[in-house]
Amino acid sequence: MPSQKIFYKHTRAIRWFHWINFPLLAIMIWSGLLIYWANDVYRLGWNDTTLLKFFPDSFNQALDIPFRLAEGMSLHFAFMWLFILNGIAYVLYLIFSKEWKYLLPNKSSFGESWRVILHDLHIRRGLPPQKKYNAAQRIAYSLVIVMGIGSFLTGLAIYKPVQLSWLCNIMGGYAFCRILHFTLTILFCLFFLVHIIQVILAGWNNFAAMIRGFEVKPIEETSSNQTLSETPEENL
Amino acid sequence: MKTLEEKFISTKSIRRSTWISFILFGIFIMGCIGSWIWLKSQPLVDGTLSPLRKMLSFNEFVFGNLQGSQKKATVYTSKEAVTQVRVNGDAGLGDNFDTSTWKLQIIKSNLDTLYLGIDEIRLLPPTEIIFDFKCIEGWNQVTRWRGVRFSDFIQKYGLLKESELYYTGLVTPDKEYYVGIDRKSMLNPQTILCYEMNGAPLPMNQGAPLRLIIPVKYGIKHLKRIGTIFFSNEKPKDYWFERGYDYYSGL
Repeated sequence: MPSQKIFYKHTRAIRWFHWINFPLLAIMIWSGLLIYWANDVYRLGWNDTTLLKFFPDSFNQALDIPFRLAEGMSLHFAFMWLFILNGIAYVLYLIFSKEWKYLLPNKSSFGESWRVILHDLHIRRGLPPQKKYNAAQRIAYSLVIVMGIGSFLTGLAIYKPVQLSWLCNIMGGYAFCRILHFTLTILFCLFFLVHIIQVILAGWNNFAAMIRGFEVKPIEETSSNQTLSETPEENL
Repeated sequence: MKTLEEKFISTKSIRRSTWISFILFGIFIMGCIGSWIWLKSQPLVDGTLSPLRKMLSFNEFVFGNLQGSQKKATVYTSKEAVTQVRVNGDAGLGDNFDTSTWKLQIIKSNLDTLYLGIDEIRLLPPTEIIFDFKCIEGWNQVTRWRGVRFSDFIQKYGLLKESELYYTGLVTPDKEYYVGIDRKSMLNPQTILCYEMNGAPLPMNQGAPLRLIIPVKYGIKHLKRIGTIFFSNEKPKDYWFERGYDYYSGL
């Protein structure tokens, strides 16, 4: 019977956390845009020069964002519970299952991540040996958890700035927490963009692993390593 | 199945588990889309989808009862207060309002009404509050206000029994703007019936002669130009609640 070598990449729990997070984060960002519109004061620029306004009117019009503050708030403050619970469950799972060992950057990650980036940009050939994630992935995926915690804390601070005034004050006050909360959202969107591009470039096997849990090893590698009874022909 | 564990399996079982996983994934995606469509198809209750209305009530239950719901807002020095106070919204302020004939009406539970002029209110010991005013739109400003503590006012005018009721309702003289506020927040020592801003009498656009300042709430609850105050166990009508916002709107 033809057979192939597979390796387990993402546990069932991680796949669920990942895919549950996806629509929840999307709703949080969408409702966040509806809220932000009501006081859309941030921009990139200096003095009277604005390089980029958050967000241009055309952007708001195209997405039908204006005058939906109440709707945005009700969505944001309902779905925040699901988003936070899923996030907390994910972090607890990482800790107790020891999956964090594959995720957190280690000593060599910071040096190696440059090699990964140069490789991905087709500047340099060859990747450093990796386990589940390469060095750049370890840094990026750990950072996105830190960002999630940041969004949670800054969000809480601007949601209850009086009850949780200590939190709001240690993080630089109401207006600053709002800027941080917004900036983290932009970073989430940039992360998402890079993530999608990388997933497309990495191909089917990698993407499928996030759904079925395992990757199939390439046949050449399988046949050269195998010691079982199958003949190479049967693998083709 | 541990992460990075390797094994040989038949291509048939690879195909089979791939199919099963992707079908489950498809069901999950459809479930998400279906839930969203279901949510959007729910009736509006006071301008907000009914499941979200329930969640807002749940949030009120959680944060309204949390230790710290009686907390005071951080206070600032008068140097930190802005001189140009933002004016946002004029609902209930009308045109050509005559402050000289204004009287505050307090409807007591037994339906007799108390009428008070601004000079009588000014006789009570004043309280100054300099705090970070927060608009529900997302902006904030450190502003300086002076008035009489609502809890002092209640005591002075023998309204303790009325204030036992769960809500206080406030309405502008023209009845165009109205809010309802829970008693805990009304009796917070920072809640004042305010007649001065930055050391001068309230300007017309800030609700002269008397407005509410309630630092534990968003600006939408700081009703300008109080005409009537009443007490009730039922939720009083609320202008922005009717337009989809959270009734509690607590900070």
